[in-house]
Amino acid sequence: MNRMSENKYKGFEADRSKYPEMKDGKPVIDLESHKYTKIWQGPQHPGVTGNMALELIIDGDEVVDTKTRVGYLHRAFEKLMERRRYIQCFPIVCRICVPEPDTNEYCVSAAMEDLSGIVVPEKAQWLRTLNLEMSRVGSFLMWLGGQAGSIGMGAIGQWTVGMRDFWLDLFEEMTGGRVYHMYMIPGGVRKDLPDGFKDRARDLIIRTRKLLVNIENTFFNNIIVKSRLKGLGIITPEMVDEYGIVGPNARASGRECDIRINNPYVKYGELDIKMITSNGCDAYARAELRYQELLQSLDLVSQILDKIPEKGEIQAKLPNVLHWKIPAGQTYVKAESTRGEHGFYMVSDGSEFPRRVFARGASYTHAISLLEKLAVNISISDTAALMVSLHTCPPEIER
Amino acid sequence: MEQILNRIKDKIEIKISTKKRDDLYFFTVEKEQIEFILSYLKEQENFTHLAFMQAVDYLEDGKFQLTYMLYNYKIHINLGVNVLIDRKKAEMFSMHKLWPHIWQYQREIHELFGINFPGSPRVNESFVLEGWEEIPPMRRDFDTLEYSEKTFYQRPGRSTNDPKEYMKEKMYKNYADTPTIRREK
Repeated sequence: MNRMSENKYKGFEADRSKYPEMKDGKPVIDLESHKYTKIWQGPQHPGVTGNMALELIIDGDEVVDTKTRVGYLHRAFEKLMERRRYIQCFPIVCRICVPEPDTNEYCVSAAMEDLSGIVVPEKAQWLRTLNLEMSRVGSFLMWLGGQAGSIGMGAIGQWTVGMRDFWLDLFEEMTGGRVYHMYMIPGGVRKDLPDGFKDRARDLIIRTRKLLVNIENTFFNNIIVKSRLKGLGIITPEMVDEYGIVGPNARASGRECDIRINNPYVKYGELDIKMITSNGCDAYARAELRYQELLQSLDLVSQILDKIPEKGEIQAKLPNVLHWKIPAGQTYVKAESTRGEHGFYMVSDGSEFPRRVFARGASYTHAISLLEKLAVNISISDTAALMVSLHTCPPEIER
Repeated sequence: MEQILNRIKDKIEIKISTKKRDDLYFFTVEKEQIEFILSYLKEQENFTHLAFMQAVDYLEDGKFQLTYMLYNYKIHINLGVNVLIDRKKAEMFSMHKLWPHIWQYQREIHELFGINFPGSPRVNESFVLEGWEEIPPMRRDFDTLEYSEKTFYQRPGRSTNDPKEYMKEKMYKNYADTPTIRREK
């Protein structure tokens, strides 16, 4: 971690001298004075990370107030799950996140297993770990392209999304699906690895590493990238608890929080994995940290491929899933997605239908409370870069 | 964790306490004690991270269950604090002074469950349901079928045809005297 930025932004306070007058905690903005303009960035805009909108009030090209507006994507997954049997929830949950659906699948399966006391076989746990880590690689690759694209470097987006497609090929071999996998079901996984999968995966890791060397040269050593991202969107260490910040956003502010290490799930406890943190606090530090984590994820995938047992059960015996009653109780299962803590809170009342399922996504706080604070006093051209640097994903907000 | 629970039990009365896993505990407290217990857990016991706050509707008991999920970065343990509140008088204290980002959970619960949080910032702003006039939709007594029948109209649906007759009419009209068609007559 020698390239990480120095801790020079600690205690940074935003310059609020140009900010409009505050009254009862709210800025007084008179749009009829013609000093301020209100514009919408999104919901259809290449600079937002999905179907959400930023209601920006600008003074010249400087943002003076921001509101996050959601509701364009609400599909009422949580309400739908209350009316479905447990096994019928599976085609729904993976739709909560497009780049990284497997974390949702894992959390729901693990919550059901936790409530009903099912023990997952050894090999199935290794396959789950492999699937989760591969989805992290895919999501990071997509994010890296998005971060580069948000400051006008579209070529890197093409490289990484092209490389992600080869990872999707691996997912197709492994699960049968490219984007939504529906691979992890309660009690285990659906399929074993196909013949020759490990060799192809190792080959792809080498090719991805080669690409990442190019990206490091063109993106991280680029003076324009540094001038755009350094000092943008500073998250001070004090803000981490105040705003419920998790994942790489918190780790780039010095907080040691990684669920894979702190509360190891599936087989992460048996892997050689180190906590990566930084004290840079800004968008560039977050980008560097995610890049390091992508390299770490590639390393973890090859570790898992070495350790995965050849033989073994991949599925525990389940009761008839169409009449499956789960004992009453409540649980919370979480996993480390690329955006941070991703969890499912599940309450069962002993019937065939869940009483309540709640999906806790990291973007819920990152895209609303935090983004609304950080987007003040930045240039309007930096809002896209800021939003991508927080790695927000709107489907997690309106489940 | 047992020591923390004992210290809490010295201070307030805990109704139900369960250990779900080594890193997950739940307990239920009275509504009046929630403000004290949450600030105690945050300030004294290092449960500084609020993972989420959510509501569960127990329609048959006439109660809402609110859950505050806290996390301790030092001992790596999740602690869920449950509160049962009356469904008819659905109101809860706002905790935005402890965790500023809780306002958005409170706004969501206000909109989707109809639980009021007096004093919470921006609690009356709409979240995902702009212009909603029905009862809050995440309540168990919200009838989704009735709502959709009232709000949306049925599509007329496709007319069904006998494939053989239909194809004869549409495609083979010009070839009505071909041998296959004649044989069917």
